[in-house]
Amino acid sequence: MNPFDTNIAHLLAGSMVLVSFLLLYQDRMLPLLNIFAIHACVLACSVGWQAYVQRAPHLFITALIALLFKGVMIPIALRRIVVRLGIHRTIENVVSIGPTMLFGIALVGLSIIVMLPVTQSADTFVREDLAFALSVVLLGFLMMVMRRNAVSQVIGFMSLENGLVLAASGARGMPLVVEISVGFSVLIAFFVVGIFLFRIRERFDTVDLQALDMARGEST
Amino acid sequence: MTQEWFRQLLQAALVLGLAPLLSGATRKIRARLLRRRGPSVFQPYRDLLKLIRKETVVAENASWLFRAAPYAIFATTWVAATLVPTFATGLSLSGDGDVIVIVALLGTARFLLALAGLDVGTSFGGIGSSREMMFASLAEPAMLMAVFTLSLIAGSTQLSAISAFMLGPNGGLNISIALALVALIIVALGENSRIPVDNPATHLELTMVHEAMILEYSGRHLAVIEAAASLKLLLYISLIACVFVPWGTAGDGAGAVAYAVGLGAYAAKLAVFAFLLVLFETAVAKMRVFRVPDFLGIALMLGLLATILMFVSKVPR
Amino acid sequence: MPLSTPHCLSQLAASGVGLLFALAPIGIFAARRPLGIRLTYAACMLICAGLAGVALLVLLTPASKLGFIHIPVGLPLGRTVLGFDPLSAAFAVIINLATAIISGYAIGHGAHAREPLRIMPFYPAFIAGMNLVLLAQDAFSFLVGWEFMSLASWALVVSEHNSAENRRAALVYLIMATGGGLALLLAFGLLAGPGGGYAFDQIRLAASSGVGSIVLILALAGAGSKAGLVPLHAWLPLAHPAAPSHVSALMSGVMTKVAVYGFVRLIFDLAGPPLWWWSIPVLLVAGITTLLGVLYALMEHDLKRLLAYHTVENIGIIFIGLGLSLAFKAGGLGAAAALALVAAIFHVFNHSLFKSLLFLGSGSVLTATGERDMEHLGGLIHRMPVTAVAFLVGCIAISALPPFNGFVSEWLTFQAILLSPQLPQWIQRLLVPAIGAMLACSAALAAGCFVKAFGMTFLGRPRSGAATAARETDRWSRSAMLVFAALCLLAGVLPGFVIDSIGSVTQMVVGSRLSPQAALPWFRIIPINPARSAYGGLLLFVMILIATAATAFIVRRFAAHSVRRSPAWDCGFPDASPATQYTAGSFAQPIRRVFGSVVFRAREHVTMPKPGDTAVAKLRVDLHDTIWEAFYAPVIRLVEGAADRLNKLQFLTIRNYLMLVFAALVILLIVVGTL
Repeated sequence: MNPFDTNIAHLLAGSMVLVSFLLLYQDRMLPLLNIFAIHACVLACSVGWQAYVQRAPHLFITALIALLFKGVMIPIALRRIVVRLGIHRTIENVVSIGPTMLFGIALVGLSIIVMLPVTQSADTFVREDLAFALSVVLLGFLMMVMRRNAVSQVIGFMSLENGLVLAASGARGMPLVVEISVGFSVLIAFFVVGIFLFRIRERFDTVDLQALDMARGEST
Repeated sequence: MTQEWFRQLLQAALVLGLAPLLSGATRKIRARLLRRRGPSVFQPYRDLLKLIRKETVVAENASWLFRAAPYAIFATTWVAATLVPTFATGLSLSGDGDVIVIVALLGTARFLLALAGLDVGTSFGGIGSSREMMFASLAEPAMLMAVFTLSLIAGSTQLSAISAFMLGPNGGLNISIALALVALIIVALGENSRIPVDNPATHLELTMVHEAMILEYSGRHLAVIEAAASLKLLLYISLIACVFVPWGTAGDGAGAVAYAVGLGAYAAKLAVFAFLLVLFETAVAKMRVFRVPDFLGIALMLGLLATILMFVSKVPR
Repeated sequence: MPLSTPHCLSQLAASGVGLLFALAPIGIFAARRPLGIRLTYAACMLICAGLAGVALLVLLTPASKLGFIHIPVGLPLGRTVLGFDPLSAAFAVIINLATAIISGYAIGHGAHAREPLRIMPFYPAFIAGMNLVLLAQDAFSFLVGWEFMSLASWALVVSEHNSAENRRAALVYLIMATGGGLALLLAFGLLAGPGGGYAFDQIRLAASSGVGSIVLILALAGAGSKAGLVPLHAWLPLAHPAAPSHVSALMSGVMTKVAVYGFVRLIFDLAGPPLWWWSIPVLLVAGITTLLGVLYALMEHDLKRLLAYHTVENIGIIFIGLGLSLAFKAGGLGAAAALALVAAIFHVFNHSLFKSLLFLGSGSVLTATGERDMEHLGGLIHRMPVTAVAFLVGCIAISALPPFNGFVSEWLTFQAILLSPQLPQWIQRLLVPAIGAMLACSAALAAGCFVKAFGMTFLGRPRSGAATAARETDRWSRSAMLVFAALCLLAGVLPGFVIDSIGSVTQMVVGSRLSPQAALPWFRIIPINPARSAYGGLLLFVMILIATAATAFIVRRFAAHSVRRSPAWDCGFPDASPATQYTAGSFAQPIRRVFGSVVFRAREHVTMPKPGDTAVAKLRVDLHDTIWEAFYAPVIRLVEGAADRLNKLQFLTIRNYLMLVFAALVILLIVVGTL
């Protein structure tokens, strides 16, 4: 593994950590969706690079899934639903952003402390990617915990799942990566749909499409 | 030995001469981007000369500190600027001042400027000084963390050594270097009072920071302070250029041809960075004062993250 | 030649301390007349200067030629061993030098004290106690000196007993000093072991690491509370301002250094080889102390309390250096440990210089105007020019700005931090950059704090009648402050000499020393190797001077010569009232809003009357001292609750008392029976 390949892989994995921090910071709805799309695209690039470097063509499929499904389809779908529900102008009250960011950095440090000594015997390439992936997972968790808005929490969950995919792709020769990523994506889709059904029911007291059509004239 | 001193003195004169030209070029490019014709690139020189020749008006209750501060600010900024390699590395003073010294010398200049703002006892001076120190409390640690990252990677705090390391085979694409670059750019925008932190062309009290501190200055004092401000911008651009874009810099003990190449490369880097700076300034709006700590806080976080990730990406020395 | 006898230096030092102790009762008589007061202070100054000289000789003598004196007083089965070894000699130089100059200041300042009888006997005793701590080579004399130091300084704190605030400060100080002394007593007891002796060389032989861990906690509590580590710092900002100004300078600039010496002696010298995790609590506490200290200082508008909180920050910086040294020493990296220790001790030296200078300056301001509150001062640069220059030098030096000395110790600390990748443990490797970020942040905040302090006190327009009528202080005070300022500059441009003098200390404590610095060209310092880093203070200072002179000369050559004085421009809206200038609170408002809303739960409440209503608009700022509320208040409540409950024992009937006595007797008999 020549240093150039390693450097690019680290650059992409580190960019994922950086975009996770941006997700933590962002309190407006539409830019949040855009940043999540970027998160998924960076994941796709990272997995694609791993596919090229490890010469594992099945990872290209994972990259394609990440790009199409999580980078394009979900953000567009979420954007349409959010605009239709009329919550795209909300600015979320993110509690104490400064300490949250500091805690995020502490989590990155923690994942480095945990991952690097534990995997002493493994390939250096893999160890550092695992440390980055654990950071992304922990930051996704942090986002789910610190946010109050349902949409932000879902996005936090999805970024957590991106971290897991990053970890899986980094481990050379891990089986069933494609199947796992497809399964996770289906899970996410159900999750998102469930959240929005819940919100629709809360707002309109029904999920009956006919009743919703009639209520369309009065929706804000 | 004497060659090193010759290089050093040449550099001192060069930065002093180029600084107003850089300000003029920035203004010209900005005017062009806004579809104006703009003043001549050499206008800052004429402005400085005009200010020096004008009568100096000083407030009645201004003290000796008010009158002496401009010269001290200029001197510290100039000494800091001479410590940054521009067209050649291996300056004689690099054995006396490393990156930390540069940051601290700029801190001295800022300290004296803030005191000068408070000297006359007006509320504008107070606004400028208090906001400047608040920005500094985040910008200086951010810059130090970025500098630490670079020093840890290069194994030295001397700028010549860092520049030489980045030119060599080991300096390359690295997540920590990228984060340090972003952090330094944010700090440079903050410290030089550029948009989005401060508007260098405004006199509205709600929006000015640097201008508020120098509001009472006139005549030759103002000329010296303006020269110091343009030197500071040159310093930051040279710093970023010599570390992240080191190609073309003449090495230690090179000949006259290498110097010429270095000078040409340096001029090109200045032009490119000035253009990018102005492009960024015309694209964004100025931030509200209390969003600037968030902005600078990002730089601090990036610097800290870069240092922490340094331990991941590289075998420790 | 006196130097040929090993014991001679120790005898000289011991006699100096004895003289100081003897001065204390003489002070009672001398205090009746101003001339007596001046003579007492002058005697203190000379004796301290002598002690500093003796200590410097000890530092420069090779260690094998030193000897201690043994006096058969003290504990029943032990002796008292007195003498300077390199570690205590270094601290003794620092402490006695600062004390001598402060006593010089007091010759002019102390003659105007309102109740000199409350100060004069205790001042020499205080200095004597501090020197006894340094001179001690066994635990008993160490603790005796420590207690003397605490009690004498308590008496000095309570000397202005007329205000309730001072009385409360004295009470808090007494409680915390007693607690600290108890912790140190336990620490020494543990170190000596069940059968061991209390002399330091006996303790060194008996060292074991398990005991060492507990001793670390006790030393942090005992020496740390005297030095001012968070969260045991609460007495510092109460007690230091309450004492007379020269005593505040002594307490802040000097006594805290004795506490640092106590910590270094216990942990680096007596506790044996350090374990790898010892540095982690030290670094964590030090980092938090640094940041919190400066944030507290920024919220203050009482000049002396601001300086006292700032001492807390500087103690944090010193302990960061000590923690780094401990980490390197535990990791077996001798050279790095020496560098970190040099940085810490250099900062001890620097802090004793500039903090004393600042306290003396605030003392002059207090005498001249009667005000400590910055909101009532201003414009003093015109009325007190010499004090202003000295105070400015102190402010620049304490903000760690070149070319003064504060920058050199901070530079050395940063260089030590940059060596952290060599540390073996991952937690340390990630903790040290975070500590570095805290240090950088607090350095920048400190600069802001001192812009505020100098700007509000000396610059601007006078905010009260007292400030308008201020007059410059007397000759002795001025000279003392200028000597401190000159030393700040000298230590900044010629740091090599200081580093070389500390070399024998690091050799003794961590086992290696930095390469000799004094012979380098242009008096540069190169702590590690030339390719890595170097600092040339003298050359930089010369370049700044040349640049300033050249600029001034050239500009004035081409400039118009007229300088016209006119009213301030103020953007065309001049206001004659000095109340419209920025105050200390308004200067700190941006920082209060950014940092204080998290750390102090700072909230601003504005009540605005409706348009047309002539009522007054009000701004209220709520600040919570989070450490007091989280740490001290529950403890106080607990103690008071327990005391209330135990109070019931005072009001029992006679039958109840008899029952208590009977119960005690029965229990004792049971215990004796079962043994």
